[in-house]
Amino acid sequence: MLTLTCPVCGVDACETELAAGGEAHLKRFGPGSTDDQFEEYLFLRPNAKGVHFERWRHAMGCGKWFLAARDTATLEVFGTYSAQTTAPPADIVNAIRAKRPDWSPET
Amino acid sequence: MSELASALPGAEYEGIVRVTEAGLRGMVTLKADLPDAANGVKAVTGQAVPEPRRINAGDVSVAWMAPDELLILCDHARADQVVRDLAEQLGTAHHLAVNVSDARAMFTLTGDTVKDVLGKLTPADLAALPLGEMRRTRLAQVAAAIWFSDAQTAHVICFRSVARYVFDLLALAARPGGDVGYH
Ligand SMILES: [Zn+2]
Repeated sequence: MLTLTCPVCGVDACETELAAGGEAHLKRFGPGSTDDQFEEYLFLRPNAKGVHFERWRHAMGCGKWFLAARDTATLEVFGTYSAQTTAPPADIVNAIRAKRPDWSPET
Repeated sequence: MSELASALPGAEYEGIVRVTEAGLRGMVTLKADLPDAANGVKAVTGQAVPEPRRINAGDVSVAWMAPDELLILCDHARADQVVRDLAEQLGTAHHLAVNVSDARAMFTLTGDTVKDVLGKLTPADLAALPLGEMRRTRLAQVAAAIWFSDAQTAHVICFRSVARYVFDLLALAARPGGDVGYH
């Protein structure tokens, strides 16, 4: 079972109280983009085995979206943070590096 | 005028805890910028805006549901007036106040093992849930809000459309012989 702390309301929520929203920090390509860019935005995901950033919604709770950093292989959670961010904040990056020294934000 | 009725009038079950439908209850949902709305909420309900997840209880109770949402609990007959008073107090401030009394059902559980009974139905860590704290969660398949007013009394709010489902769940979890002795 995956437990994520909702950073909006502070509840330690079970994954069954949450709705998964896919990969976080996607760059949106819309009108004016190339077909390749639009395809990548809509469909292509790295599907990382390891450190991963995700969108979650506290559906059976406060109803708000938030972001989570976790390891998809071990289910270890590095932290949760505001959905109003375009990149993982420094404290999340530091928490990941403390556990995964080889990891860098670019990968 | 139609005769008002709650979802399951008079429904009750006596097992290892007692489950009763709470009857007609007034509920008003307020969506607003809560710091901005605090004075208006105080004027209408007599209650301060609660800290996150907390309930300020009284004749009229106010529960924190989300950073931009409160649930005001009052007499069923007073709910429309609460909506009107909020509209007057909050004026042009962007907000939404709706009488949701008849869209909801409410149950009360009493007994020594209320936490064990609810614990069969929700993933929430009830051992860590303080008295007077609103926990929005799920009971089996449906959304619910639960809180404990004392160690032997729990309250459950769900959508009226799933009232029978929730009552049956609670009754099943409270069947004699079903005590798990955890909490
Ligand atoms: Zn939340």
